[in-house]
Amino acid sequence: MAARKLSLKQKYGHFTRGLDWEPSYQKKEDIFPFASYEGIKVHDWDAWEDPFKLTMDAYWKFQAEKERKLYAVIDSMAQNNGQLGITDARYLNAVKIFIQGVTPLEYQAHRHFAHLARHLPGAGLRVAAQMQSIDELRHCQTQIHTISHYNKYFDGIHDFTHMHDRLWYLSVPKSFFDDATSAGPFEFLTAISFAFEYVLTNLLFVPFMSGAAYNGDMATVTFGFSAQSDESRHMTLGLEAVRFLLEQDEANVPIVQGWIDKWFWRGYRLLSLVGMMMDYMLPKKVMSWSEAWESYYEEAGGALFADLARYGIREPKYAEVAKAEKGHVSHQVWSIFYNYAQAAAVHTWDVDDQHLAWLREKYPDTFEQTYQPRYLAWRKQAEEGQRFYNNGLPMLCQVCQIPMAFTEVGDPGTISFRVSEHAGDKYHTCSDGCKDIFDHEPEKYVQAWLPVHQIFQGNCGGATLPEVLDWYHINQGADNLDYVGSPEEAQWNKWMEGRRPAMPIAAE
Amino acid sequence: MAVASLKPGYAGPTRDRVDNFHGAQLVYVHWEEHLNFCAAITLPLPADTPFDALAGEILPSLYAADPDWADVDLGAARWMLDGRDWSPEPGRSIGEQGVGHKSLIRFWTAPAGNA
Repeated sequence: MAARKLSLKQKYGHFTRGLDWEPSYQKKEDIFPFASYEGIKVHDWDAWEDPFKLTMDAYWKFQAEKERKLYAVIDSMAQNNGQLGITDARYLNAVKIFIQGVTPLEYQAHRHFAHLARHLPGAGLRVAAQMQSIDELRHCQTQIHTISHYNKYFDGIHDFTHMHDRLWYLSVPKSFFDDATSAGPFEFLTAISFAFEYVLTNLLFVPFMSGAAYNGDMATVTFGFSAQSDESRHMTLGLEAVRFLLEQDEANVPIVQGWIDKWFWRGYRLLSLVGMMMDYMLPKKVMSWSEAWESYYEEAGGALFADLARYGIREPKYAEVAKAEKGHVSHQVWSIFYNYAQAAAVHTWDVDDQHLAWLREKYPDTFEQTYQPRYLAWRKQAEEGQRFYNNGLPMLCQVCQIPMAFTEVGDPGTISFRVSEHAGDKYHTCSDGCKDIFDHEPEKYVQAWLPVHQIFQGNCGGATLPEVLDWYHINQGADNLDYVGSPEEAQWNKWMEGRRPAMPIAAE
Repeated sequence: MAVASLKPGYAGPTRDRVDNFHGAQLVYVHWEEHLNFCAAITLPLPADTPFDALAGEILPSLYAADPDWADVDLGAARWMLDGRDWSPEPGRSIGEQGVGHKSLIRFWTAPAGNA
């Protein structure tokens, strides 16, 4: 008689709960040393419901199918000079930000979900964490393979892991993830799986993947599709994990709320880089940062937190500040990059009239009043041969590590300065959100590796800009400075000669 | 509040202790109402730096990138040190006048033509 086939549910049961056992000669707390110190109480790990019930054999099958499709597209891109299909070489700066800033985080996520797959006491959650760990490694690899095609033809991509560990603006995503991986397992789950992957992820992936689609970057679009079904699994894990913690014990509610407040704000600050990319780096726009924030946070997040209210969870503290700032942050971050284009591995440029018109239309209450005059003054200086550069190094926020360029709510002319005292030293932060995070755990944030301070301590290759840029592995004169006048621009224009009537310009 | 940690009494190195800056201390300066300079600027300055040197040499080296700077009269500027009004004396050192490690100096200059 042929062997009876197991149902999916039975199979899943064997693969997860069936592989778990009650320890007999070691104490559970010795086996899972990270499980209790954060104060989270779990009474019944079996109450964890697995939303996807994915078994390893099915997982390999699905992923292999997606890989085959992705690598077919990557091959075709390589064979057909796919890089010539993008709208304009300025677009590549979005890809550079992605590979320098996001891809290394995928690898960090891979490592830390592997850690959770070992250290969470519940077998169901461990299996989910293990699959996510493998997903994240796959995302990291497929991003590297996809973008390596552009690395053959464009600057700033060649040494992204080295740059991620050293560059001033990349310390923003790096320190974000370091903060999460140095937290306990439940804070990490709330930070990455819930606050980032569930609440804010659309603000990361939609702009990059739609931006890629709008700008002719088929490779990145295909990578996005390949990751999409994984992402929906990750989002569900995030939501279910937080619900599980909230249902297990009432005492978990204030702890989880504190993490939601913190990681909403950290994620929001990190995404200001994405806002800048959307509003400035895409030759053909998807939507403005402000519009994205409205639909992906204010509407979707509003519904989510209304739903979580029955557990006693409220909207993240300072969500109102984020709402009030949405007409400003992307412009303020672009100003940072324009100030320091000499020290970045992305290009900046004069914002041309068509883009100015688009920005006026998308930001009717803020752009023309505050930012357009600044850009026009910079344009005038550049036309006079005095391209404006900031010759000093910026003051950084101790928590988010972004140069302190953000202004007070309702007063776009005044920088928002906050300061705390700890053990006799001052610590400066950019906002009430970042100050709260510092004040809650000063012992953690006094250790922040702030790139500007490290330069002045003599830890970054030398005291002069060229020495520091060498230490960053920035190929000077190619990776940095303005797009106009760059080798990348010269190459692009040469490729486009005879192919296109004129450089396409974006704003719709 | 203390960090929730596996071992009680968790602490790590304070990365930016003043001793790490080779005799200097960090001072942040910010020219208000000129956000073409996107943020305050970080300077490593010894405490015995005369205020004169800061105002007469260092600030111009940073801010002359703005054409407005040529018309600025720093003698008429309004100063703020760490959130308090401040009346710096040109001949004395910044350290003697209350500027410490990671102090923030903000200053307002009259708009050009109004000075």
